[in-house]
Amino acid sequence: MAIDKSMNVLIVDDYKTMLRIIRNLLKQIEFNNVEEATDGADALSKLRSGHFGLVISDWNMAPMTGLQLLQEVRADAKLKNTPFIMVTAESKTENVVAAKQAGVSNYIVKPFNAETLKGKIEMVLGHA
Amino acid sequence: MGIPVQQQLSLARGRAGPVDREMVEEVVRTVLTTMSGDLTSTETSLLHEVEALGRTISAAKQEIAALRVDDIKDEHIPFATDELDAIVEHTAGATNAILESCEIMEEVATTVPAEAAAKLSDAVTKIYEACSFQDITGQRITKVVATLKTIEAKVAQIVETFGAQGGSIPMPAAPKASPEDELLNGPQLPSNAMDQSDIDKLLASF
Repeated sequence: MAIDKSMNVLIVDDYKTMLRIIRNLLKQIEFNNVEEATDGADALSKLRSGHFGLVISDWNMAPMTGLQLLQEVRADAKLKNTPFIMVTAESKTENVVAAKQAGVSNYIVKPFNAETLKGKIEMVLGHA
Repeated sequence: MGIPVQQQLSLARGRAGPVDREMVEEVVRTVLTTMSGDLTSTETSLLHEVEALGRTISAAKQEIAALRVDDIKDEHIPFATDELDAIVEHTAGATNAILESCEIMEEVATTVPAEAAAKLSDAVTKIYEACSFQDITGQRITKVVATLKTIEAKVAQIVETFGAQGGSIPMPAAPKASPEDELLNGPQLPSNAMDQSDIDKLLASF
């Protein structure tokens, strides 16, 4: 299944540098319509007012964590099917299990490389 | 020879406020000394142990006082956290400068032959990947700052307990973390961390 790279992608991270890195990596794989949010609440507001084909979110943010954002997304009738990739330094088993139980589409542990990001996006959007 | 017990007790009774711990220790020590002739060798040995314990506690109090907890709280910990914050700020600044240069290189890549452009693009990708260290560093430093603040609170509590008059102060129970907070572990040291392939296997097991 061909991936529509013109889709809107929302990237969520409280580290602006990380947003910039992910945006640039996405640009390299031809995703040019990228919006940014710096915490879960900001992301949720953007998701509810726009149309996004993919969310790539950090976990460790305040006041709303990436996991809480994922739970909100999955509980929202309009957003529940949006592919959601968690990109985080949280690498404990219980984190991965909690994310999976909350309905994460895939999980990338930081630090990651461009190939991993590309592979996971293709995997998630290929199954979307 | 110390002050007689009767005199010590009179002094204690004459005080307006609570009797301080040193005074109580002195009275007990004097009583034990006067009792030693009436006790068995086991009891005498036990009493000497108790007395030694009292001396140890007294020495510990002095050592803790010498820590100058106010300095730790007001000077050392804020200094350390400020330094750590400065590290995060400087590495973020440096990382952004590197990223800005990379973005220029990517623009230049569009103006050079395809082979050179591909090489430039690969190099820039590797720089982007490497720059994500700044995020990990920031999270690790945040954990260190939280640890420093915990140490500060514990030291202050110990000093308060040992320095308190009229008995020890019970340690307050640590606040219970919410289920969400319990999952905020931050970056793990390489020896404890799962790598991407471990996570892929775990996800695939569902």
